Amino acid sequence: MSMRTLFLAGAAMVALGVSPALAQSEVKIGFITTLTGGNANIGQDMRDAVELALDHMGRKMGGKPVKVIYEDDDQKPEVGKQKAEKLVQSDKVDFVSGFIWSNVLLASAKPITDAKVFLVNANAGATQFVGAQCNPYFFSTSWGNDQMPAAMGELMNQKGVTRAYAITGNYAAGRDMVQGWQNAFKGQVVGTDLTKWPDQLDFSAEISKIRNSNAQGVFFFFPGAHGIQFITQYNQAGLKDKIPLYSVFAIDELSIPLLKDNGVGVFQTGPWTADLPFEANQKFVADFKKRFNKVPTFYAAQTYDAINLIASGVAGVKGDLKDKEGIRAAMKKANIQSVRGPFKLGPNQVPVLDIYQQVVEKAPDGGYQQLTVSTVLKDSVSAAASACKMQ
Amino acid sequence: MILFIEQILNGVQIGLLLFLLAAGLTLVFGIMDLVNLAHGSLYMMGAYFAAVLTKLTGSFFLGALLALPAALLLGIVVEVVALRSLYSRDHLDQVLATFGLILFFNEAAQLVFGVAGMTIPLPEALQGQIQILPGLPYPTYRFVVVAVGLICALFLYWLVARTRVGMLIRAGASNREMVGALGINIARLYTLVFGLGAALAALAGLMAAPITTVRVGMGENILILAFVVIVIGGIGSVRGAFVAAFLVGLLDTVGRAFLPDILTLFINPIQAASLAQGLSSMLIYILMALVLVVRPAGLFPAPGR
Amino acid sequence: MALKLTPTRVVAAVVLAGFALLPLYAEIVGNSFVLSLGTRILVMALAAASLNLILGYGGMVSFGHAAYLGVGGYVVGILAYHGVTSAWVQWPIAVGLSAVVALVIGALSLRTRGLYFIMITLAFAQMIHYVGVGLYDYGGDDGLTLNARSDFGGLPNLDSRPQFYYLCFALLLVALYLMYRLVGSRFGQVIRGSKSNDARMHAIGFPTMRYRLAAFVIAGAVCGLAGVLLANQADFISPATMHWTRSGDLIVMVVLGGMGTLMGPVYGALTVLALEESLSSLTHYWKIIFGPFLVLVVLFGRGGIAGLISRWERRK
Repeated sequence: MSMRTLFLAGAAMVALGVSPALAQSEVKIGFITTLTGGNANIGQDMRDAVELALDHMGRKMGGKPVKVIYEDDDQKPEVGKQKAEKLVQSDKVDFVSGFIWSNVLLASAKPITDAKVFLVNANAGATQFVGAQCNPYFFSTSWGNDQMPAAMGELMNQKGVTRAYAITGNYAAGRDMVQGWQNAFKGQVVGTDLTKWPDQLDFSAEISKIRNSNAQGVFFFFPGAHGIQFITQYNQAGLKDKIPLYSVFAIDELSIPLLKDNGVGVFQTGPWTADLPFEANQKFVADFKKRFNKVPTFYAAQTYDAINLIASGVAGVKGDLKDKEGIRAAMKKANIQSVRGPFKLGPNQVPVLDIYQQVVEKAPDGGYQQLTVSTVLKDSVSAAASACKMQ
Repeated sequence: MILFIEQILNGVQIGLLLFLLAAGLTLVFGIMDLVNLAHGSLYMMGAYFAAVLTKLTGSFFLGALLALPAALLLGIVVEVVALRSLYSRDHLDQVLATFGLILFFNEAAQLVFGVAGMTIPLPEALQGQIQILPGLPYPTYRFVVVAVGLICALFLYWLVARTRVGMLIRAGASNREMVGALGINIARLYTLVFGLGAALAALAGLMAAPITTVRVGMGENILILAFVVIVIGGIGSVRGAFVAAFLVGLLDTVGRAFLPDILTLFINPIQAASLAQGLSSMLIYILMALVLVVRPAGLFPAPGR
Repeated sequence: MALKLTPTRVVAAVVLAGFALLPLYAEIVGNSFVLSLGTRILVMALAAASLNLILGYGGMVSFGHAAYLGVGGYVVGILAYHGVTSAWVQWPIAVGLSAVVALVIGALSLRTRGLYFIMITLAFAQMIHYVGVGLYDYGGDDGLTLNARSDFGGLPNLDSRPQFYYLCFALLLVALYLMYRLVGSRFGQVIRGSKSNDARMHAIGFPTMRYRLAAFVIAGAVCGLAGVLLANQADFISPATMHWTRSGDLIVMVVLGGMGTLMGPVYGALTVLALEESLSSLTHYWKIIFGPFLVLVVLFGRGGIAGLISRWERRK
């Protein structure tokens, strides 16, 4: 077995070493997301969006065929970083996209931008890259972590909430969210809880505290599976109608079917809803539903835009991938049919976007659907953006 | 005051779930000298079985009831196929082999049940709250968890202290060779004990599932806590696991509940919350280290160890 | 030492030669990722070698060994954050602090045995992990990116991949040589004797606790050095490096490679990391292959890779 193992190891290294020297005849995109583990459904949604976007453009950008290499970050920063290095150094990709989690992005960005490869972020909102660490090779189709919470703070002010409780996971994105919310919320914060992330699944102690506080509303940020757990336990404690929930990112098309009745009545502010009236969006949602038998999430929507943004860059230089400055200039123009309607990038190469109030209601077919109620913030820009020195 | 009682109840509920998981673990280690990291996978599979069966039968009670024998079967299969050969090995080999089993189970579960995870909807009767005291509504379902946990604890006490099988279990924990020498079919005893442990783990998993949803990897986090519990309680001792599970559950809950407020007196709320969470995570390990320094074999070590 | 060409020696020589020539290969093929992977393998081999001292030779199953990777890495990260990038300052502090931490943990843990020892080392590692998580200013759970690697003020220049690679290789060779001398000395004999029968060693008159504690500290210090290298290689350090599952990875490397052998940790690190890379490019669900593979190795592969080589050698 030892010889075979050594041979296997050697073969692996040879396989890694020999990369096709055809880098210029196709557009290579690396896509880093979470494909295994408890939140793999988000990664799957993003992957579906990539495939749909490519199909809509005939799987060609700037006349060249497109190849996508999907990598799994296992929700771990150092794994994401290793995959980023592999994509850039071994597979020699022209673009890297994806990134659900801020901490994975924080660890992975440097190897990509240092190698002068374009990073087109499709979700993670780490404010470092929106602000002080903005970079000519960093583009985003999402937002900064403080923007949705700021909109929620604004919404809670509008609704007359004067005493609120805040709860989220104890990690950078969570703390960013609470901070962003606190900056906008004008009332009194009667309690703050940071739960062990991502281990803690049982929120009984925190929910008891909420029940015994005199809060009029609870602001919370729990993405993915944690959001479902928190809302479910909150409702089991009978608090749903007593102290309303105000969330960011907890309710999306993945959690809605699992939450069922529990999701109805939770307030949320978000960057995109499936019912937005723009033509590109209608087409995106309809085709997504037809092909994958589910409604896309905002993760998928942002990914769809990211792939289109990359395509606009490649088209702008007519497929000459060596012309990095040209690609950059073309992408900055943000000349895409975005699912969010009129789409423009700020000088920090992150979108300037509208933020909507969303609500979940029972759908006519017996299921549930998420609808847009109103626009809370127009042309929102992250508070961190002013720290970016780029023009 | 009400808040304090409520938090105590929370701690008790968490403690009892932990006890269900730890009891199986300590029995298996005590009798068979087997370190089974895959115990957390049995927890997860119990939850998955219950979720699938609840969907098929439309009833949570039926789903839970049927999931238990399914998990028992799975436990027996795992024991016969993978674990039999590990009994004679040293603990390190057992740790590594069962670690490999965890990896396998997690990926297999994802392939079989899909990436989305599952939820178990509670029947109407269990969705409300019970007024335990005036002004203290407590989720009905968590109350049920406490009740089931206590019933199981009593059942285990009866089994271990008052039946012949229990006597064999206690004897095996003290001196395995002697039990074998006295003519007892050791292999069958082992399989029985492992099956029991698997059923307990599955019960813990399916009870936790309506609260925490069913997902891949749900067993790992609680597994470490279970190990801490059995080390504090004393390996092989169900009574020790009971006491230790309570200690750990209460410590965890009280830490989470009151530390942030105490720390907010000194630093700003977000920093206080962050520090409090870090501290309360450490408290359990500090407790274990303290116990081991004072009583290196745990609180209630099986006699003869 | 007669220069007999036994399979053990041949395989060792081939593997080490392969490592020595890797940068050349990477240059020819034009793939720097292979060099990054190779550096990571060397660093993990160093960490595994340090664990092998106490686990392989000494029988101390420490489930908290990854903590020292974190201690070493965080010293470098935190000092770099505050502008102190000189390796002459960072590295001694990192290794020294790792030794002190190992001293404290060892003094408290080595009183226990068996599963209790495993659990208490795990507990200490988790505590250090949570300290890392609580380091709010240094990134907490998300980790800390190094804005600059350690600076030696000349050679070796850690920003040059080949130079960094050869530094790691040299350090690994030095560590392996030290292990070889240590294990062959009286100190090593006490450690190994203590693994098989501690009471007997005591009866002979050796204060085994002191010897085992010394071995524990040496292992911790060397692992701290590996942590320094790891942080530099990844330009990144996070509390995840100190999680108990990472200690598990190290144990897997030591056991897979062959416990209590000189080259075992090198084979183990090479196999585990190369397998991870090649399997994960085949399928995202690579753990479903790796899991049973691990089980089979434990059940049937007595003595790991090095053991297989020596069994083959004896058969010849």
